[in-house]
Amino acid sequence: VYRLHGRYHEMAPNVVPMDYTKDPDVKLPMQLIINMPELKENPFKERIVESFSEDGEGSLSFNDFVDMFSVLSEMAPRELKAIYAFKIYDFNTDNFICKADLEKTLNKLTREELTAEEITLVCEKVIEEADMDGDGKLGFADFENMISKAPDFLSTFHIRI
Amino acid sequence: EDKEEDESKEEDNGSQQNRASRRKNYQRKNRDGKKAREEGGQKKDRGKTAPTKDQKESENKEKKTTKRGKEGEKKDRKNSTSSGSSNSSDEESLSEEELAMLKEQVEQKKKLISTMRNKPWRMVKKLSVLREAQDFVEKFEGALGKGKGKKLYAYKMMMAKKWVKFKRDFENFKTQCIPWEMKIKEVESHFGSSVASYFIFLRWMYGVNLVLFGLIFGLVIIPEILMGMPYGSLPRKTVPRAEQATAMDFSVLWDFEGYIKYSALFYGYYNNQRTIGWLKYRLPMAYFMVGISVFGYSLMVVIRSMARNANESTADGDDDNFIFSWKMFTSWDYLIGNPETADNKFASITTSFKESIVDEQESNKDENIHLRRFLRVLANVLIICCLCGSGYLIYFVVKRSQTFSKMQNVGWYERNEVEIVMSLLGMFCPPLFETIAALENYHPRIGLKWQLGRIFALFLGNLYTFLLALMDDVNEKLAEEDVVKNITHWTLLGHHNSSAGNDSTVTPPPLDPADVPRGPCWETTVGIEIVRLTVSDILVTYITILVGDFIRACFVRFVNYCWCWDLEAGFPSYAEFDISGNVLGLVFNQGMIWMGSFYAPGLVGINVLRLLTSMYFQCWAVMSSNVPHARVFKASKSNNFYMGLLLLILFLSLLPVAYTIMSLPPSFDCGPFSGKKRMYDVIQETIELDFPLFVAKIFSYVANPGLIIPAILLMVLTIYYLNAVSKAYQRANAELKKKMQMQREEEKNKRNNKASTNPMLEDLEDLLTPSTKTESPPKQAEDKKIESPNGTSPVRKPGRGEVLAGSPMASGRGAAFTPPSQAFVMQPRTLGIRASYPGQPRPWGHPLGPLPGRGRGQPCY
Repeated sequence: VYRLHGRYHEMAPNVVPMDYTKDPDVKLPMQLIINMPELKENPFKERIVESFSEDGEGSLSFNDFVDMFSVLSEMAPRELKAIYAFKIYDFNTDNFICKADLEKTLNKLTREELTAEEITLVCEKVIEEADMDGDGKLGFADFENMISKAPDFLSTFHIRI
Repeated sequence: EDKEEDESKEEDNGSQQNRASRRKNYQRKNRDGKKAREEGGQKKDRGKTAPTKDQKESENKEKKTTKRGKEGEKKDRKNSTSSGSSNSSDEESLSEEELAMLKEQVEQKKKLISTMRNKPWRMVKKLSVLREAQDFVEKFEGALGKGKGKKLYAYKMMMAKKWVKFKRDFENFKTQCIPWEMKIKEVESHFGSSVASYFIFLRWMYGVNLVLFGLIFGLVIIPEILMGMPYGSLPRKTVPRAEQATAMDFSVLWDFEGYIKYSALFYGYYNNQRTIGWLKYRLPMAYFMVGISVFGYSLMVVIRSMARNANESTADGDDDNFIFSWKMFTSWDYLIGNPETADNKFASITTSFKESIVDEQESNKDENIHLRRFLRVLANVLIICCLCGSGYLIYFVVKRSQTFSKMQNVGWYERNEVEIVMSLLGMFCPPLFETIAALENYHPRIGLKWQLGRIFALFLGNLYTFLLALMDDVNEKLAEEDVVKNITHWTLLGHHNSSAGNDSTVTPPPLDPADVPRGPCWETTVGIEIVRLTVSDILVTYITILVGDFIRACFVRFVNYCWCWDLEAGFPSYAEFDISGNVLGLVFNQGMIWMGSFYAPGLVGINVLRLLTSMYFQCWAVMSSNVPHARVFKASKSNNFYMGLLLLILFLSLLPVAYTIMSLPPSFDCGPFSGKKRMYDVIQETIELDFPLFVAKIFSYVANPGLIIPAILLMVLTIYYLNAVSKAYQRANAELKKKMQMQREEEKNKRNNKASTNPMLEDLEDLLTPSTKTESPPKQAEDKKIESPNGTSPVRKPGRGEVLAGSPMASGRGAAFTPPSQAFVMQPRTLGIRASYPGQPRPWGHPLGPLPGRGRGQPCY
């Protein structure tokens, strides 16, 4: 944890205090966080920061920061990771992963190298595979059901710091 | 549950509630493990400003005693004892009952500590709980006199942790040690998994060859060099006088004559002395055994690899329900921090998606079956014609070359005609096969397999003619040998007589080894031929890559600016990586090695070098001058096809070697078996002379045909039995898979049906909304019409309640259901009615419920 605090501190030394006993209300803006080397190459970095941020704007207080890395560490349990993964992939934050969310995810993953029809094909396949209740979008239950069977979810959804 | 979450929501400042909620957490947790709903609580938590950890800790420290009391309370409740508040006084009193209770609490705390990590709580909660539990354990374990035990336990825990960490580090290290992993990953991300599978195969081959090389080098070459007679001491080890003038010429060396021929690289160099050196190392025996074990090891490795692949492919072949979803959500590796790696990863994800899309599209294609079949048959016929034609051509050329070798002045072309024809065939036929195969329109993966099979057949023709020529050569040499034997004999005699003519008592000076007339050492010749073939094969491959890929790419890139048509898109364009050609090249190369390693021990070393350079060279060539295939396809999960080819070639190359060992007599003056009647006599000799007597007896019994034939029969029966058992398992496997599939489908259907009733019923609702809609009056009229004859039950069952309550209605309780004229009045009434009949619990999603009800509605009433 001290290491985490050190990292947090070095991102903005003038703002972050070393002493947390007085519960200061310090938040770091998103720009600083997504420039961290661990997150820099991640195509979902903004979404990650947004989903851990309390005010939804992307600024993280130290607690949120610790939370983020603890969920993304290898020790976190699967359900916890699944919840946060769902939030991350839900771009419009309506608690459902709809087709537009899927398209955005896909574009971020492939850096827009797929043609439009390939994109629609893939999104349709995903919905067909995972949507259990037939509402055309993935609710959390669908997502969890699908992720729990995935063999490498735990190993890829993991950041070491 | 909601209450629980509410409580956890007010966590920040209400210490009382905090404790209470945590207490409740403990209770629930102790009852049944992990709680997923904690996350629900957590999600709501995040909306509030959580106090910092330190603050929490200080708070907690204050509350510890009281809390402990409360913990004790709760645990007491669990243990159904009532001495909850007496916890603080336990340190003094230590009465038996309290001791036992304490022990239990300590155990529970310990368990809590060890499972803390898995709890999906927020960090602050975890820390406080952990600290508290630790203090509790410390405090009371001491009181219970378990001080030492605790230390030992702590030590054990620490050691266990260290061991786990060590194991993990070792695994990481091992994965890092695998050579060329990064290179292959790079290739994979740009070109797809099928191209990468070639490189993985290459790497595996390299490993096998390295082992073989180690075996041969360590057990045969090194002893001979270190402990055998040096060069020049024996006739077999010296360049004959006639050739000495040219022995160092490069052209001679290139042909593997001259000094190289008389070196440890070839069979002829080895002495047939039974034991050499001070270790009494039995070289001939070792030579023979190493030769056999080369084949044995290769066989074992190939079959083991096939078995492992077969295992893997059946293991995860069934979880393909979520391919695209998994690709989308789990393919990005969050650990990537390097921009280049990220680029690679993006490329690989894109490629992987494309692969899956191709797979998907292939499975959706359905065309005219008859046309396809006709085209395929046509293509196969054409290709068989080609193969026969090439086989005849090779035969013809070989016959001609035999007549040529009898002639005196042969030009360069005639001498090398066979090789030229074979290379030309090898260069032009595969593309021909590919163009014909375009008729067939297979999935690329299957098309690749067919292509491989055909080229394999083509190369088999090459191999068979090569072997024929070699056998002719060997037979000639054998005939020659007898002649030379006599010559040698007489020469030696002559030499003795002449030099002993003066003084018969002195032993004559030995003839200089270079002058002894040499028998034609057919084994060495065979070895030389094979080595030559291998080397030329290597060269041809490299040159093809260089010219075919690299020069072509340069040409297209640079000349494109001043050329009439677009070179990149049009004719030459960039080359695609020819997987089939390369794989086959590798497989045949390995076959050559296996054939030749008995006669030329140094061949494996050459091959190791070749594979090493090949890896780097081809990786570079692929990355720099190839483009990915137009249709990217995934390599079949099991590499069993390549392994199958390899196995076949291994068998084929074992045959000639076994034949020569068993039936041809070794040369009389070269090699480790010279002087024996057959090569395997060395085993006989060793058993007789070196082993105690009873071993020889045992072997003679074992070699008795009366024992061997029943053994063979037994093995055949075992094979048959195991085959049957494995088939039964496969069938059972398939059944289970089907069952699981059906279950999943049912689940899906259940939920889907629930949803699908909605649009249907919505339609119905639309229909039956009051007279504002035009279709509703006729429907209503219909209803009334149908209802009137049967005044008891409403026919139309709009709204879920009525549909499900269809059969109770039909069963005659119609009195209560007077058909109202307005549909919307129907709904609430029937709903209410449904509620009042709790005795008929109809599940919402019951798939059969609504339809029959509706269907029955019309005719029956």
